Amino acid sequence: MANILEVQNLVKNYGDFQAVKGVSFNIQEGEIFSLLGPNGAGKTTTISMLSTLYEPTSGDAIIAGHSVKKNPMGVRNAIGVVPQDLALYEDLTAKENLIFWGQMYNLSGKSLSSRVDEVLEQIGLTDKAKNKVKTFSGGMKRRVNIGVGLLHKPQLLFMDEPTVGIDPQSRRAILDTVKDLNKQGMTVLYTTHYMEEAEELSNRVGIIDHGELIAIGTQKELTKQVGETETLILHVGENEDPSALIPSLKEIKNVLDANVIGNEISVVTPSAKDVLASVVTKANERGIKIYSIDIREPNLEAVFLHLTGRALRD
Amino acid sequence: MLKTFLIGLKDLKIAFRDRAALIFMLLTPFLLTIGMGLVTGRFSSNDNSGALNIPIVIVNLDNDSLGNTLVEVFSSEELADLLETTTSQDAEAARLLVNEDEITVAIIIPEGFTQNIFSANASQSEEYQIEFYANPSRPTSAGIVKTILDGFMARVDEMRVGGITSVAQLIISGRISPEGANAVGEEIGARFENTPTDSDETLITLNTSTNQTQTNEVDMLAYIAPGMALMFLMYTVSYGGRSILAEKSGGTLTRLLVTPTNSMQILGGKVFGIFLTGAAQMFILIGATTLLFQLQWGDMLGIVLIVFAAVFGATGWGLLITAFARTPNQVGSVGSAVMLIFAIMGGSFLSTENMPAFVQTLSKITPNAWALDGFTSLAFGGNIASLTTPLLALLTMGIVLFLVSAFLFGRKNLVQK
Ligand SMILES: Nc1ncnc2c1ncn2[C@@H]1O[C@H](COP(=O)(O)OP(=O)(O)O)[C@@H](O)[C@H]1O
Ligand SMILES: [Mg+2]
Repeated sequence: MANILEVQNLVKNYGDFQAVKGVSFNIQEGEIFSLLGPNGAGKTTTISMLSTLYEPTSGDAIIAGHSVKKNPMGVRNAIGVVPQDLALYEDLTAKENLIFWGQMYNLSGKSLSSRVDEVLEQIGLTDKAKNKVKTFSGGMKRRVNIGVGLLHKPQLLFMDEPTVGIDPQSRRAILDTVKDLNKQGMTVLYTTHYMEEAEELSNRVGIIDHGELIAIGTQKELTKQVGETETLILHVGENEDPSALIPSLKEIKNVLDANVIGNEISVVTPSAKDVLASVVTKANERGIKIYSIDIREPNLEAVFLHLTGRALRD
Repeated sequence: MLKTFLIGLKDLKIAFRDRAALIFMLLTPFLLTIGMGLVTGRFSSNDNSGALNIPIVIVNLDNDSLGNTLVEVFSSEELADLLETTTSQDAEAARLLVNEDEITVAIIIPEGFTQNIFSANASQSEEYQIEFYANPSRPTSAGIVKTILDGFMARVDEMRVGGITSVAQLIISGRISPEGANAVGEEIGARFENTPTDSDETLITLNTSTNQTQTNEVDMLAYIAPGMALMFLMYTVSYGGRSILAEKSGGTLTRLLVTPTNSMQILGGKVFGIFLTGAAQMFILIGATTLLFQLQWGDMLGIVLIVFAAVFGATGWGLLITAFARTPNQVGSVGSAVMLIFAIMGGSFLSTENMPAFVQTLSKITPNAWALDGFTSLAFGGNIASLTTPLLALLTMGIVLFLVSAFLFGRKNLVQK
C-alpha cells in the first residue's frame, strides 16, 4: 500500500525547549496509526506541524503528495483535523456549525447540505441538529467536533485525543465511529495516552515520549520487544510503601523486572505461576498486605514500561 | 472574498444571538434615548416636536420698517419652538445678559438702519450695521440664530434695497466669530433662504404660508438618538474585537487556520463581522426611532453613508483596542471605558459646545463627534454635500486605525508559528 503520509525528521522548538526531537514515520493508505504517549510527549505539537498550523523548526512531512512546508494549502485540502480541545461555535446549532465549517472547506450548495446531513447521521446527532452546541453534553460536543473534521471527506484524518474527559458511553461511541470511518476507507492518525484505545483501534502504533518516537510497529511487533513474558500485578493498600520490596523481588529466580506504580507492584517474568508463591512470600515477610493479584499478557503498557521504566499514566 | 463574507455573516449571527450583547447593542441605547427624550420634554407635546428655545434679545433702536420686520420675523410663531425672543431698547444691558450667559445672542439694530439702507449712497460705516453679539460658549445655538439672521439679510439683498449689510462684513468687523456658524445653523439658514418670496412686495416679509416651516422644528431626539446609538456602537466594535481574541482562546481560530482559508481572509472576515454588526445595530436603531417616535433622520442616502463611515471609523477603534489587549476580558473592560469617554467627549450626553476648548479639539479623535455632526446636519435638512467633512474625517480615522492595528496584530502574531 502507498504511503499517504511520510514524516521526515520533524523537529519543533518552543524557544529553547525542544518539544519534538526528529520524529520520522509513515502512514499507509487505509490504516489507523496511533501515536501513543503520556501527556507532554509531543503528540499535539506533532499534529500541529502535520496540519500546517505550526511550521516545523526542521524536517518536513509529505501528505498526499504535498509538503507541509512548501504547499500547506494542498495539505489542508487533503486532511481533516479533530483538535484535542473543542473548537466550535457554542451559540450556533450543530447544523450551523457543520455548514459554516463546510463552507470553510469550500463546500457549497446542494453538496454542502447533503454532506452536512450525512455527517449528522454519522455522528448520531440528526435529532439534535437544530440545538445550540452549548446545550450539548461533553460527549455530544466531541461528536460535533469530530463531524467538522469529516465534512470534506479528507484523505487523512487527524484525531488528537478525541476521547479525553468524557463518559465511557460517549467514548465507546467515538471509538466505534473511528472504526466505522476506517472501514469506509478513511486513513486515520489517532493520538492517545490510553493504551487500550491504541490497542483496540490501531493497525500500527508509534510510541512517543519526551518528543522522541521510541518504538513503532504493530502491536505484536512491539510486545515482542518485551519478550515472551507475563506481568504479575499486585494491588497493595493505599498506605503501604512497597518500594523497599523491589530489590528483594528482583532477586527471585525468573523475575526479569519489578516496579512500583502507585498502589501496584508489577513483576515481569517468563512464567507468572512459577514465581507467584515466592513473590507473595516476600511481600508477607515485609508485612505488606496484598489485596488482589492479576496476571497480564504483554501489552503496550508493558512495552512503554520496558522502554522507559515509567508508566504511561502517571 | 466569499469566505471573508461568510465569516463576517457568521459573526453577525452570533452577535445577534447573544442576549447580553443585544441588551447593550439595541435595548440600552433605545431606552436611554427614551429616557433622555423624557427629560428634555421631547414626548410631552402632542405634535412630537421638541423645543430648543434659544433665548435671544433684539434691541431695536431703528424702529423703522426693516428693524420692525426683523423683530416680527424673530418673534413669529414658526420660530417659537426654536427661539425665545424678547425685545429691549438698551444695548448695553443686552450685551451684559449675553456675557452672563442669560441670553445666547443679542441682535442690536442701530438707529437709522432702515434709512441708511434705503438711501441712495448707503454708508458702510459700522454705525449702521446690525450687531450680532453672541456668547462664544454656545456656538451651535448662536449659529442657528446667525443663520436665521443671514437668511433675513440675504432677503434684504435680494430685494435690492441695499447690498452692504452682508454677513461677511459682520464677520470682518469682528462681531461674529466664523466658528460661530456650524452646520446645523447653516442648514436652517439655507431653508430660510429657499423660502419663496414674492418679489413684488416692497417690504420684507417672510412667506409664512409654506409648510417648509415644519422642517424648521428642532427635534431634541435628533441629537439624542444618534448620540446614544453612536455610544453603543463603540460597545459593538469592542464586542467584535473581543470575539477575535475569543476565537483565539476558544480554538476556532486555530481550526480556521488549518482549513484551506488563508489568514488574510480570516482576519478580513472578523473585521467584516464587526462592521456588519455595527451597521445592523445602527440601522435597527434608526429604523426603530423613525417608526416609534416619527423621528426624521433626514436624507436616506446621507444616513446610509454616515452610518457606514461611522461604523468604519469605530471598527478601527475596536481593532486598536483588541490589538493592545491580551484577553477577551481586557477588550471588554477597556472597550467599556473607551465607550464612555468617547460618548462624553463626542457630545452624546452634553453638547460639545459647553466643553473646554481642548476637549472640543480632542473630541475630533472620536467617531462619535464626527458622526454626530453628520447626523444632526442631516436631521436639519442637510444633504450629502454637507457630510463631506465628517465622512472624510471618519474614513481617514478608519484607515489610519486599520493600518496601525494591522501592524500591531502582525507583531503580536495571532498564530504562534
Ligand atoms: N506553545 C507552546 N510553547 C511552549 N511549550 C509548549 C507549547 N505547546 C506545548 N509545549 C510543550 O511541549 C511539550 C509537548 O506538548 P504537547 O505537544 O502538547 O504534548 P501532548 O499533546 O503529547 O500532551 C510539553 O512539554 C508542552 O509543555
Ligand atoms: Mg496533546
